[in-house]
Amino acid sequence: MGIRERLSGNEAAAIAMKQINPDVVAAFPITPSTEIPQYFSSFVSNGQVDTEFVAVESEHSAMSACIGAQAAGGRAMTATSANGLSLMWEMVYIASSLRLPIVMSLVNRAVSGPLNIHNDHSDAMGARDSGWIMLFSENNQEAYDNLLMAHRIAEHKDVLLPLMVCQDGFITSHSIENIELLEDDKVKEFVGKYNPEHYLLNDKEPIAVGPLDLQAYLFEHKAQQAIAMRNAKKVIAEVSADFEKLTGRKYEFFERYQMDDAELVIVCMNSTAGTAKAAIDELRAQGVKAGLIKVRMFRPFPSEEIAEALKGAKAIAVLDKADSLNGAGGALFEDVVSGMYVNKTHVPTVNYVYGIGGRDTTVKDIQKVYKDLEEVAATGEVGNPYRYLGLRGEI
Amino acid sequence: MAYNHKEVMANKPSRFTSGHRMCAGCGAPSVARTILRALKPEDHAVIAGATGCMEVSTFIYPYTSWTDSFIHTAFECAGATLSGCEAAYKAMKRQGKLSEDKDTKFIAFGGDGGTYDIGLQSLSGAMERGHDMVYVCYDNGAYMNTGIQRSSATPKFADTTTTPAGTVVPGKMQYRKDLAKIMVGHNIPYVAQTAAIGNYKDLYEKAEKAIYTEGACFLNVLAPCPRGWGYNTEDLMQINKLAVDTCYWPLYEVVNGVYKITYKPANKLPIEEFLKPQKRFRHMFKPGNEWMIEAFQKAVDEKWQELLDLEEMTNKAE
Repeated sequence: MGIRERLSGNEAAAIAMKQINPDVVAAFPITPSTEIPQYFSSFVSNGQVDTEFVAVESEHSAMSACIGAQAAGGRAMTATSANGLSLMWEMVYIASSLRLPIVMSLVNRAVSGPLNIHNDHSDAMGARDSGWIMLFSENNQEAYDNLLMAHRIAEHKDVLLPLMVCQDGFITSHSIENIELLEDDKVKEFVGKYNPEHYLLNDKEPIAVGPLDLQAYLFEHKAQQAIAMRNAKKVIAEVSADFEKLTGRKYEFFERYQMDDAELVIVCMNSTAGTAKAAIDELRAQGVKAGLIKVRMFRPFPSEEIAEALKGAKAIAVLDKADSLNGAGGALFEDVVSGMYVNKTHVPTVNYVYGIGGRDTTVKDIQKVYKDLEEVAATGEVGNPYRYLGLRGEI
Repeated sequence: MAYNHKEVMANKPSRFTSGHRMCAGCGAPSVARTILRALKPEDHAVIAGATGCMEVSTFIYPYTSWTDSFIHTAFECAGATLSGCEAAYKAMKRQGKLSEDKDTKFIAFGGDGGTYDIGLQSLSGAMERGHDMVYVCYDNGAYMNTGIQRSSATPKFADTTTTPAGTVVPGKMQYRKDLAKIMVGHNIPYVAQTAAIGNYKDLYEKAEKAIYTEGACFLNVLAPCPRGWGYNTEDLMQINKLAVDTCYWPLYEVVNGVYKITYKPANKLPIEEFLKPQKRFRHMFKPGNEWMIEAFQKAVDEKWQELLDLEEMTNKAE
């Protein structure tokens, strides 16, 4: 059952891509995701994949080429980070509007400026309304597993949306950890063949893609995208259930850690969840009823389900690894609290912006948040809900 | 086989249908139609369009003028988009995922805005990587789709909406970028400059060569714009002819680095003949502005001589 290995997050992503064996990979190097196309190029050079690797001259062209390849009828994949995603911006929106199930590895890094190559989620948060399904991964195993599930989700006829799998730059992408890989043939069988209904290379049925779409039609087309995103929830649940049958690894919209009786709850994404789990284990030994919700499926956002899961809490902290510069709080915070409001979950909730530009977040930092939550729970007062964790000086 | 206009028109149905919304007197539709006619009837094509007049006038949902497969993504990335299509074709053909009975050819169309300027990087990447495709620039010498703003393909002194001929600045103050030369610098197998003159022979033959030469090929095609240039719509073919006969727009091809001028006017006309019918150059004919015409003529003569020299030099090296 499975192949035990030790791989970095980037290696894990590249191996997933090798096993998926897409028709086209178009990518441009950017730290910290560079290794993914590097590893993949060696698979191409050594004949281990059938893929055409397009070494494009920019990320804008990477996404353009992925769109061309996927519309042509092939499976297209790419990898990028931070400014790479920023440069792709225009095409990221076009990919989803053309309903092309392209799959991207996004190795999260701070978006300039000023220039910083380290991890935060400002790249991903900017893409949150772009119409891409977004799955977050705590470690190399989850990055690998999410990629193996990606095509089944994205290519489902009720979905047909591009999908990005996020992992934390350096923290996950460059750390070597144990991992269990699936055998090549099992991946091939699980992922299945791509059978697009309409595609440019079908000489029996030429099609036209990407029209000028004016007042009479654009609204309906955008609504169809929104419906597809809602449909993705059910498909993600189904594919994840199938994946569990195959591997024994269970993936839900979000992971609940020590949530059964949790009173003080942190909501966060990616590698910080690992740190939070260590913090919780220590606190639990001291009798603190600390719990964690680790969001895996950020788009579509499981608004109702998270609100429901938070109902028993006495105080909640949502941790955002990107500031929204909107004067009101981070993106994850706003999504969580608006879901809570609509679903009548009335629990005092605060927001912490943390880890910007790769600022280290330790078990101690997380425990400080739980300490703060004790006070919020005791008084019922949130005070300033828009807080910082690990920032020097006061705001 | 020698080009026979009647036979081509009779035996090769148009792959670019009428009913599109390009302006009367626009040079681009006949360019697109002629290039697509150069495809073998049995071949399928995937065509990429950069955002621009041609794209927004030929593919307005739910209608399309393109009988082959067509993709438009954005303004600056027709080269990269088509690279992806061509890469998928290679990978899928190799794996037996596509029918064996037909070949697919890849052709991109971009205006000078989407090619000389915002799309130059994407074009350069596609050409340098050597995708088996033809990139066609239909060059109308300004951003016509957004309302006649200057591009790096706009001729010097032209009056555009961002280089208005005023009392201090007499129109655009820079010469055109020599894009064909930049493409030659990419060491691609085939680069040509052409225009729809006469019975389309030059355009058709170069398109055929470009489509059926393996590797990345580039065609720069003159596409006059009645709105931006200010000529009478019925004079389109006359404007094309004058551009060529004044050597403003020389017809030539570069095969693996070797230049061949495909048309040398027996009687090279003075540049005024080309400039005069166009409103964008009207200010050049005002008293006191003779220097502008002289400068324009001098630049045309120098470029023409340079081309003659390149032809001689590269053929000698053979």
